[in-house]
Amino acid sequence: MSVLVDKADLSLKYTAHYNEVKESLQKESADVLNAPRNKAFQDFVMQGIPTRKNENYKYTNLQPQFFPEYRFMHRREPVKLDLHAAFRCDVPQLDTHLAFIFNGWYYEDNKQAGQLPEGVILESLEKIAREKPELLKKYATLAKTEEDPLVALNTAFAKDGYFLYVPKNTVVDKPIQLINFLQANEDAFVTQRNFIVVEEGADAKIVSCDHTLNLNTYLSNSVTEVFVGANANFEYYTLQNEHNKTTSLNSVFVHQEKDSKATTLYSSLHGGVIRNNLRFILDGENAEAHLYGMAFLDKKQHVDNFTQVIHAKPNCMSNQIYKNVLNDESNGAFAGRIHVIRDAQKTNAFQRNNNLLLTDKATMQTKPQLIIDADDVKCSHGATVGQIDEEALFYMRARGIDEDKARLMMMNAFAHEVVQQISIEPLRDRIDELVDKRLKGEVARCHECAYNCDC
Amino acid sequence: MLKIFILKMLSIKDLYVSIDGMEILKGINLEVKPGEIHAIMGPNGSGKSTLANVLAGKEEYEVTHGEVTYMGKNLLEMAPEDRAKEGLFLSFQYPVEIPGVPMVNFLKTAVNEHRKYHNEKELTAGEFLKFMREKMDLVEMRSQLTNRSVNEGFSGGEKKKNEIFQMALLEPKLAILDETDSGLDIDALKTVAHGVNALRKPENATIVVTHYQRLLEYIVPDVVHVLYKGKIVKSAGKELALQLEEKGYDWIKQENEN
Ligand SMILES: Nc1ncnc2c1ncn2[C@@H]1O[C@H](COP(=O)(O)OP(=O)(O)OP(=O)(O)O)[C@@H](O)[C@H]1O
Ligand SMILES: [Mg+2]
Repeated sequence: MSVLVDKADLSLKYTAHYNEVKESLQKESADVLNAPRNKAFQDFVMQGIPTRKNENYKYTNLQPQFFPEYRFMHRREPVKLDLHAAFRCDVPQLDTHLAFIFNGWYYEDNKQAGQLPEGVILESLEKIAREKPELLKKYATLAKTEEDPLVALNTAFAKDGYFLYVPKNTVVDKPIQLINFLQANEDAFVTQRNFIVVEEGADAKIVSCDHTLNLNTYLSNSVTEVFVGANANFEYYTLQNEHNKTTSLNSVFVHQEKDSKATTLYSSLHGGVIRNNLRFILDGENAEAHLYGMAFLDKKQHVDNFTQVIHAKPNCMSNQIYKNVLNDESNGAFAGRIHVIRDAQKTNAFQRNNNLLLTDKATMQTKPQLIIDADDVKCSHGATVGQIDEEALFYMRARGIDEDKARLMMMNAFAHEVVQQISIEPLRDRIDELVDKRLKGEVARCHECAYNCDC
Repeated sequence: MLKIFILKMLSIKDLYVSIDGMEILKGINLEVKPGEIHAIMGPNGSGKSTLANVLAGKEEYEVTHGEVTYMGKNLLEMAPEDRAKEGLFLSFQYPVEIPGVPMVNFLKTAVNEHRKYHNEKELTAGEFLKFMREKMDLVEMRSQLTNRSVNEGFSGGEKKKNEIFQMALLEPKLAILDETDSGLDIDALKTVAHGVNALRKPENATIVVTHYQRLLEYIVPDVVHVLYKGKIVKSAGKELALQLEEKGYDWIKQENEN
């Protein structure tokens, strides 16, 4: 395998592939998914596979990740396992509506639907596109293909993922848990497209867990569009726990109407290359957005969190807290943009990124960006990159706590600020535990896995 | 029953200590026996805290010469946490804030690390809370403080009280109190002194670093030492503290300048 990746060749490879499959993609999908497909691919070609030359990917060159010979998971393939039998979430008391997604495809035997409150739909996107396309009128309106090559490529390939619809004033009492499994017999390229509508006054919480089930190389490129209606509440917790040969690319777009509240929280426990794109639009007065993230990196892992919060209407508030603990030669990045549009007076927008470097070789790039076109706003941002406080370490040791344990307590304390934002108590306790295990260097497996996988 | 009396608890011989190539302690000799209270006084910057920190095991300080024996062991070879578990306790002049680490976790871990070291059963959360409450009364520690992160947002006086509270929980053999009195109001001073006295046992010893005679009215020393420019230049009975209070350090300085 050549080490030098030729950019033109690589793009050509993807173009050749698209040309090869576009007819069958069109033929096998509903109109609503097909409509933006060709333009999306053109937009991808125009922008190219992200490299550092792309201002938004300044800290993450994805060329090497696109290089391997992947098999593209363009078709639903039979799952040879009963996922319900194989998977047993060991989070005690975490009673959820459970659904599986296998290599980007909504699992056919998901059987939770009946227990969901009346009117709530949790389904395969492919099926909804075929049977109820009217529910997807706003498909691909938030995720603009001309603005991001990963979104463009996802839209070009998109066939399935999950669809969630929560009608007006409906409260989904239990969290909806979505387990994303990657498992193929060879290196695989996975595309997943999700669509979420939480209507006026509704309330839904999602817990999304990403896992790899064997040691093949994976690239997963997902796009999720979320519409949060007036006075609605939406919470989205993501647990990223995949092996080091996985590239996990996620773009989530959230549109908020007035008086709504939306929270996202990314726990990046494990992964090779992780890039999380988040774009929030506060498009109604008194909307509130919370964006949290924590990442634990070691070896040569790379995690890049990229956020954009657009304050389009007055009296909204946004709050971002991102924390990273970086060990070995790992590398992290955070770029957070706050954009206050001209009429969005009385905006409150906060952003903070704190990083703990455990070695001299670990590196962190952090870049806040404020674009403020209104005059009556309160904005703040702050970033720190530091080491464990040696004075505090000595203080703890002087009380009989050994060095490793003292370090661990301080690292846990560092992450805890993010952990405690989780509103679902059993999930919070469990993530606390997983973070502790991860920091101890133990594999933080978050499920009883019947696959004997060594990932 | 066989009782072994250790005649010397702490023995410091000709100790020289530098930091960043600058010599701060220049030949300290000190012996502390079980049951004794030693006071160390001396002008600002003379090296009192340096001595206290070296004994507790702070690594930035370089011992260039000399030896320290504690309970028959070479203290300088021990890790700070082992010194603590062997019963050496430093009440910090400037207690450190540790954001995010809850007081109760910190204290429980410290107590249980001590217990494990001495082959005692670890305390459960419930047992620990009960134990903690008893000790809180001793130093009149406000219960709100144990709900916060370690020392975070504590007032100067609260931080000092917290040190003695930790001492009460860890029950050390040798306590080194570095200016525990500074920043305490008169009532708090009495409370803290009362706490220290209540924790005394015939087999324990205390080293009190202070600038003021006042504390020594409550915690009465057997010996008072004056540390000046990295050396103990004078040692005498408790009356020395009174003398210093009256006359300041000029006469000591003069005696040592020629
Ligand atoms: N970490 C350090 N780095 C540099 N210099 C230090 C350090 N620690 C102590 N010193 C210096 O060593 C000298 C002795 O300091 P030390 O804190 O031991 O004095 P002290 O007797 O406790 O004074 P005080 O009464 O003001 O508490 C001072 O000149 C101080 O500046
Ligand atoms: Mg001092």
